[in-house]
Amino acid sequence: MRTLYQFHGGIHPPGHKTQSTQCGIARAPLPSRLVIPFRQHAGEPSRPLVRVGDQVLKGQLIGMPDGFVSSAVHASTSGTIVAIDMQPVAHPSGMPDLCATLIPDGKEEWFPHAAVDYRSSDPAELRQHLRMSGVVGLGGAVFPCDLKLRPLRNHPNRNISTLILNGAECEPYIACDDMLMRERAAEIVQGAEMLRFMLNAGEALIGIEDNKPQAIAAMRQAVADSGLPFEVVAVPTIYPGGSAKQLIRVLTGLEVPSGKLPTDIGVQCFNVATAYSVYRALAYGEPLLSRIVTVTGNVRHAQNLEVLLGTPLQELIALGEALPDTNHYIMGGPMMGMALASTAVPLAKAGNCIIATSDKLFPPAPPALPCIRCTRCAQACPADLQPMDLYWFAQSRDFGKAQAFSLFDCIECGSCSYVCPSHIPLVQYFQFAKSEIRAREQDKLAADHARERHEFREYRFEREKQEKAEKLAAKEQAVRQSLAAATPANPCIAAVQPEIQAAIDRAREQAATVEPKNTNNPTPQQQAEIAGIEARREHIRELAQSAVEHKKD
Amino acid sequence: MLSALLVMAVIAIVLGAVLGYSAIKFRVEGNPLVDKIDAILPQTQCGQCGYPGCRPYAAAIASGATDINLCPPGGEEGIRKLADLLGVEFKPFGGNTVVKPKAVAFIDENTCIGCTLCIQACPVDAIAGAAKQMHTILASECTGCELCVAPCPVDCISMAPIEEKITTWKRKYPEQTWAASK
Repeated sequence: MRTLYQFHGGIHPPGHKTQSTQCGIARAPLPSRLVIPFRQHAGEPSRPLVRVGDQVLKGQLIGMPDGFVSSAVHASTSGTIVAIDMQPVAHPSGMPDLCATLIPDGKEEWFPHAAVDYRSSDPAELRQHLRMSGVVGLGGAVFPCDLKLRPLRNHPNRNISTLILNGAECEPYIACDDMLMRERAAEIVQGAEMLRFMLNAGEALIGIEDNKPQAIAAMRQAVADSGLPFEVVAVPTIYPGGSAKQLIRVLTGLEVPSGKLPTDIGVQCFNVATAYSVYRALAYGEPLLSRIVTVTGNVRHAQNLEVLLGTPLQELIALGEALPDTNHYIMGGPMMGMALASTAVPLAKAGNCIIATSDKLFPPAPPALPCIRCTRCAQACPADLQPMDLYWFAQSRDFGKAQAFSLFDCIECGSCSYVCPSHIPLVQYFQFAKSEIRAREQDKLAADHARERHEFREYRFEREKQEKAEKLAAKEQAVRQSLAAATPANPCIAAVQPEIQAAIDRAREQAATVEPKNTNNPTPQQQAEIAGIEARREHIRELAQSAVEHKKD
Repeated sequence: MLSALLVMAVIAIVLGAVLGYSAIKFRVEGNPLVDKIDAILPQTQCGQCGYPGCRPYAAAIASGATDINLCPPGGEEGIRKLADLLGVEFKPFGGNTVVKPKAVAFIDENTCIGCTLCIQACPVDAIAGAAKQMHTILASECTGCELCVAPCPVDCISMAPIEEKITTWKRKYPEQTWAASK
């Protein structure tokens, strides 16, 4: 029996998971229209490779990864691209994003694809294959999977000691990983082995919360059948035990330091659904085209569906048959999910659950009361933060202080809001503060960039001025030199040069000894004439002076 | 008596040497306050403050020659930061100062005659083009200073406000209904 550890805080919200786990995973019917966003992953959106009117096959690459943190996007089925434009997507802003609209032809005709023998392939090639297969973390962060498999940046020669497969699925209502583990355990275990191989990890642990006994049994059976040295660990059910850092803490006792990544302590964590899609991508060469979605809440048929990416959510809701008193829909879980502004948005890789809400299931939050600093939020915080202080700084926009109190270690799990007796929407304040700080950092970078460009421009002007002056000086020098060079070049002149100089000197001496005769003892008539001339000169000078001054004015 | 004088003299010489050495060794080039102020200014280089760029304005603030409320692109936030840094009172903008939303310049390429006047005016080299060739704005480099708008002889430059996109979207301050207090 493995020693398990505890993380600080956590809450025990009612699970509501059995509602959707009564029947197996059903395959959602092919929708009449698929809207495939080009940004379904963390990082840069993929670049469209298709044009309107193109015929595409199932699994054909339609979005090329563009940038370091990016992933590929594929056609979920065969058909015709009818539009590439901005469409509403599931995003807290409710803003549209670039999507390809695909009308399926119903043939489900596959693009040629082939399995990859991972044991004889280069790790870099395998990572590239996963990148081009659009495999991203399906636990919610949708971070490109290939980047998590890179050799360690800081310790290129050190390996990951522990691979953790996250099957905890701690959030209420969500059951997609549970059902996947129950039904496709063998594939998940194979995928885990592929991940372990690529990371060259020592041990592999599969953490599953103990409220999923069937999934635990299925996974144990699959591990035993595969003969791989993996360990399936039942972890206590506590929210947010499925958050990567918290699960690492529970399984290994290690804590990921603030601002660091799990790889910095030699651990890497993947969701079970990610392992499954890695298996599909390597063992069959199939890109990520579908995922399991829990449709639950205020619906008649709560169930887990295997859905093609790009399927409009309203079609899934129609399959679940929402009850008449449904007022809203939540994408994701009730703790961390977002309220959907519209259900006319497509399913993306991050979409694990759709919850129909009613006033009965989710009573509206009572009006907030002032914070009484009861510190129940601090007791519940799984990241060991002080939410009451963070709230104070965030609501007064004192972002520097908020950052100093480790705002960015907040995982936005919502435990603090859940326990707050004053019903303050704490997480919303933290999200606001984080978003504001990130925007400011962007502005700062832009300002620094502008400063650099401006300073370079000034420097360039200065340099150009100097270059011009230098050029002019060089030209002058050249003229002078050519003149000087031209004169002694004449041998006749050079020969008589000393004589000329002597003549000039003699003339100068003579001029110095001789006095001008006409200026001595002038007659009064001459003097009057001179005075007249001087007066006229003076007058002209004055005129010239005043003209110059006038011009200056 | 003599030894006391001697001791004091030696101490004075040693301390003087230390001070003299540190004055050379730890010499601060320029005014560090100017750098700090310049770091707060938004670097639009627009000259709305009446100085030819952000750094000259920073130097003027540091020398006490001017007010801290002359930078509309920095917004009230900028004034607050400057006030914090300099330990002075916050001062609102003057009467007719308008804080505009962020924008980038846009050249109507059909109208542009390729005179290069805007290129010469741009403080951050954000306009590409050459004489009698069409000009265009490098939107990623444009600070929205509007300095290119006035010199254009055919008025083909307009300022387009930056629209919020999904990537630049910011979460709003939480709207919260407070329970009425009695």
